[in-house]
Amino acid sequence: MKQALRPAFTATIPVLCGYLFIGFAFGVMLRDAGFAPPWALLCSLTIYAGSGQYLLVSLLAGGASLVTVAVMTLLLNCRHIFYGLSFLEPFHQMGGKKWYMIFALTDETYSLLCSLQTPAGVDPSAMRFLIAVLDHSYWILGSVAGGVIGGVLPFDSTGIDFAMTALFTVIFVEQWLQSKCHIPALMGLGAAAVSLALLGADNFILPAMLAICVMLVAARGRLYREEAT
Amino acid sequence: MTTQRALAMVAVAAVCTFATRLAPFLLFNGKKPIPPLIRYLGEALPPAVIALLVVYCLKNVQWLTGSHGLPELLCIAVTALLHLWKRNNLLSIGAGTVLYMVLVQNLFT
Repeated sequence: MKQALRPAFTATIPVLCGYLFIGFAFGVMLRDAGFAPPWALLCSLTIYAGSGQYLLVSLLAGGASLVTVAVMTLLLNCRHIFYGLSFLEPFHQMGGKKWYMIFALTDETYSLLCSLQTPAGVDPSAMRFLIAVLDHSYWILGSVAGGVIGGVLPFDSTGIDFAMTALFTVIFVEQWLQSKCHIPALMGLGAAAVSLALLGADNFILPAMLAICVMLVAARGRLYREEAT
Repeated sequence: MTTQRALAMVAVAAVCTFATRLAPFLLFNGKKPIPPLIRYLGEALPPAVIALLVVYCLKNVQWLTGSHGLPELLCIAVTALLHLWKRNNLLSIGAGTVLYMVLVQNLFT
């Protein structure tokens, strides 16, 4: 576990930048909606979902029904159903930590785990666990700081959330370099772009995800051959 | 709103978020072998999903008005090219983010 700490921390630095600021913004929003910092701590500790918690602020402010909260949260997060499919075996090997890993599988942690390269002599399970814990702690730290400090930062942080876009871009490039077959990456790009153009920002994720799955399954024979050659 | 009501809303959001992440592990719980099709999807999905996440980050860009997504596309290109060249995660992400901040705070305000 100890040897894994340094490589795990280095891997999570981009998420540190992103989560501190996106979490901070959540804390500020929640405070403005009339909820003291302990609420930010509670939300980030137990929910741990960026867009989901932003949504919850507006639902809390508007006094939405519990059914609305449930339906909206499920719809917003349904892309996460597909993330676990890539970690069924690695997580099953992690004993009791498995439950925390499943809980903590955000977009950013998922993408770090997808591109994980464990240095020699480091236990991959320990590194996965530390990455999950570190990311979660950045998120909690950012949101509580936002709730306590509130308002604006002493410097202009506009655009700092681009760190998340840059992180996904870098992981995209890494996976492109590491795989012989680029069809899945191109399918993802195409399906997402078409779905966004047709359905708009609020509704495109799930149709795009389903289209990707259908295309991947349909192209299965061809992709197997490409990987084998 | 009462504290109990707000607590209930947070609890519902937490349970529903966890449920979406838990679903595949309940369906394929490790007791039976994972079906080949699911195993294949698990291996083939990550590159496609990462591509989807890049697009997800751009979902609120106004392509037809304002800066037409120029700072976003330019900084993604810089991040990707820098990464192809040096292959240093922190350098690529740091440079791309700083460039983006400079652009949106000064040029594309």
